[in-house]
This record gives sequence, structure tokens and C-alpha cells, in this order.
Amino acid sequence: MARVSLSRDGIEVHRFNLLASIAIPIFAVFLQASIPLRFPSFSIFDLPLLVTIFFAVARRNQIVGTLTGCIIGLFQDSLTHQPLGLFGIAKTVIGYAASSIGVRIDVENPGSRLIMTFAFYLVHQGIYHLIARNLARMPVAWHWGQELGAAFANAFLAVILFTLLDRFKQRGR
Amino acid sequence: MDNFFIRYRNETFLVAILFLQVIGLATQVRVPTNAMAGADPRGTRLIRVWAVGLVVPFQKLFVYSGSGLRNVFSNYIDLRNVRQQNQELQNQLNQMRLEQARLRQDVEQARRLQELLQFKEQFIAKTLAAQVIGTSGTDLSRVIYIDRGAKDGVATGMAVITPDGVVGKVSRADSRTSQVLLISDPSSGAGVLLERQRLNGVLKGTASGIPEIQNVMSDEKIQVGDSVITTGGDRVFPKGLKVGTVASVSPDFERDPFLSIKIKPAADLRRLEEVLVITELGERGPSLSEEGRPVSASEMLAQRLPSAKKKVDEDKKAPLKPGTTTPVGVTPPLAKPAPPKPKVVPNPETTPPQEGTPR
Repeated sequence: MARVSLSRDGIEVHRFNLLASIAIPIFAVFLQASIPLRFPSFSIFDLPLLVTIFFAVARRNQIVGTLTGCIIGLFQDSLTHQPLGLFGIAKTVIGYAASSIGVRIDVENPGSRLIMTFAFYLVHQGIYHLIARNLARMPVAWHWGQELGAAFANAFLAVILFTLLDRFKQRGR
Repeated sequence: MDNFFIRYRNETFLVAILFLQVIGLATQVRVPTNAMAGADPRGTRLIRVWAVGLVVPFQKLFVYSGSGLRNVFSNYIDLRNVRQQNQELQNQLNQMRLEQARLRQDVEQARRLQELLQFKEQFIAKTLAAQVIGTSGTDLSRVIYIDRGAKDGVATGMAVITPDGVVGKVSRADSRTSQVLLISDPSSGAGVLLERQRLNGVLKGTASGIPEIQNVMSDEKIQVGDSVITTGGDRVFPKGLKVGTVASVSPDFERDPFLSIKIKPAADLRRLEEVLVITELGERGPSLSEEGRPVSASEMLAQRLPSAKKKVDEDKKAPLKPGTTTPVGVTPPLAKPAPPKPKVVPNPETTPPQEGTPR
């Protein structure tokens, strides 16, 4: 359930109720941690990232987008054995960037969602690798083929997922 | 100045949040001083406990309900062709008994030599069966979560294994769950031995998820398919546990005189369902008496490791009291082969050492 209003540029701004705002990211992290047990290949997807992008774009508020990315990223970090903040920083930047794009461009149609998610996935992975290698001194490997493939996969999933999540938006003032 | 922060309040907020996280990250990062390091000896951060506590109930529900459904189907499928399988297994058993007779002579000879050398070996004294309930969700951190924690006797640093081979070690033990660092993670390490060449090395995880053995000189004759076992030297994994086989051998260009030996883990690390946590290790010199002889880690493992499917089948044949295992020190006579008995009874609780098992 969400409310919609108009931004200064005349683009719809959506709001979500508290329950959806909390339950959807938790559910995304839960699925991300559980499904690879049965389907190991599922780990190429990053559901928490897709949820971050969705909320940031829909709300079109940079501060809220930044906070959303930060919280979801730290939550995801907590399930790993790595230092807290790797996913946190990457998703904070994505949350900010996604809400910034949402303020300026209407990203409601599947085509723009596909391109946007593809680009954000690569940026997210790039930031993660940069921090992991230079700040946390972790041995991480970047494989273009793998990353591009994962970016495509996430972009296609995002188109489907965002359509489902659109149901949680509520139109009206 | 006020105008600046008001005008750029979004950007300022972003920078502030990033700054806080970078500072937070920096305080956590420690330069590794030990290649075997993987656990955090300084405890667990509260946020990790909260996050795990939030997700684990759903994961348990997901896994347990999934297991129930799968068992219904697998029980039906298992009943098909059981007679033929039984005959095949009987033939295998007969062959194994012949093999066992030959190996026993070798083992006894080795024990005599070990005693002469005052050799001490580790053995598994106590184990705990656990269900895998979750993962980190990313290939960038190769950890799994199990449904046993500190209250069940699990502690940081304990070895985790399956019937097929080594899995990893406990990197964090919460009250009812534990995090296990897989041997394929880059921060993981284990002392291993190339069985055919009797060469020691250090097994390290890599970013690609394929563990490799380091510190083996390039003039060694290593072949694809060579078996790799634990040495016991790392004080985490007991000696003789199967780690995997050599998948590829190539020169290590980053460390010139050494080889890069990629290992295919014996345990399928991407599809783990049940694991055993080694909660207690013992150390004792060998004895020549057959009844009270010490049992090495590999022997104990072969007899104790459960497999959910096998356990159910075995229970149907000859149920034992929960929490018991067959005496590991007693070997059935060859002349009169006893019917196959279940080696392990499905019991989630700790399996205590039995008679004939050294503590």
C-alpha cells in the first residue's frame, strides 16, 4: 500500500506503508540466503539490490533512497563473514543514484527498467570490488563475462519483480 | 555555509552515510597474521546476531517444510528397484570384505611401526549432526548456516565434514545457529597432504571458489586425479579426512617456483544438506590390541557419518536405540560375515563415544 504524489518535475512519487517497507527487504534477503541451498546458480541474482533499486526509484527521494540502500546493504553484510559495510556502501550509492534518476526520468516502463538495472548492477559490483580489494584487502576476482551475464540476468528478473512489487504502490493523494 | 548544506543536503547526507560506513568498515578490517585465520576471536557484532536472528526462523521453516515434501517423494522413488539394488550392494559388500581383509594386514603392520615410533594421532571423539539452513546468498562470501549453535556444544574453530569429505570450519557460533566457513572461501585454509606423493601443502580457498594447494614446488610430479587428505597439522581437521582430488596442475606465475594445484572438493560444497560438526578431538598413541585399539579420524568418520537417506533405510532394517553407534573397535570376523548393520542412527544430538572408542 503506497500513496502517490507529484515531484517538482511532475513525475509520480510513490509511498509505501511501513509493513511493506520492512517486510519486502527482509523477504528479499531471506530468499537470497535460502534459495541457493537448492539452486546454487541462484546466487548470481542479487534480490536485495533489486529491491533497493525499486524502492529508491519509486520514492524518488535521495535521502530515503540512500538510507534504504544503506540498511539493506548492511543487513546483507550481516549474513556474510566479511566486514560490515561492503554491501552497505555499494547499496548506499545505488540507492542514492537510483532515486536521483527517479527524480529526473520516468522509469516505469520495462525497457528503461531493464537498462537501468543492468547498469546499476555493474556499478554495484564495481563499487563492491573496489572497496573489497583496496579497503578490505580481500582477494576478489573480476570476470567481465560473468559480471555481464549476471547483470543481464538481474535486469530480466528486475522487470518481472518490479511488476510484482508495483502492486504495493497505491495511487491517490 | 548553511546555504551550502541546505542546497546540497542530499549529497551531504550521502557523503555522511558513506563516511560513517567507511569508518565502520575500517575499524573492522584486520590485516591477517595467520594463513589459517578465518574466525573472529573477539566475538560477534550485535548487528550480525540481529540479522541472523531475523532470517533464521524463516530459513528453518523453508528447509524443514521442503525436506518433508522431498521425503514423501523420495520414499516412493526409493522403493522402486530396491531388490536389484540390494543384490548389487550385496555383491559390492562381498568385494569390500575381501579388500578389507587385505587392508587389515597393512593397517596392523602400520600400527606396529607407529607404536615403535611413539606416534600419536588424532581421532574424532564426538560429533554432532546438523542441518544446513542457509547461505550468505552471495558467491563473494562462501559461508553456510547450520541449525546447531553454542547451546548444542558448537564452538568457533570446530571442523565440519560430510560423508564425502571436509566442508569447512565453524567461523561463528550463535546460541542456536552457527556460521560455517567453507574451504572454498578465500579466507579459509587447511593443512593437506597429497596422498600418493606424501607431500604436505596448504589448501586455500580462492575468489573463484575453487580451492588450491599452495607451497608445492614445481618439480613435483602431481597428476590430475591424485587424492588429497588432511594432515591434522592445522589442529582443526583430524588427520586422514578426504579433502578432494587434484583437478588441474599449472605453474603459479605469482609465486614462481611453486605450482598452482586446483582441487575438486570431495564434498559437494554447493549442495550441502546435512553436515557433521566435530565437537571433540582426542589424541592417543596406537595399541595393538584389536578390541581396544584407537580408531583414527578417517576410520571413525567412515563408521559414523550419517546420510539422511541411508539412515532411514537402515533404521527400517535394524533399528538401534537413538544415540548409539556400533562399537567401532570391534570388527566382525571374516569367516562369518555378519549382516550389514547400521553404522549410524539418525540422531540430531551429540553421538557419544562408544565402547572401544578412545576418549
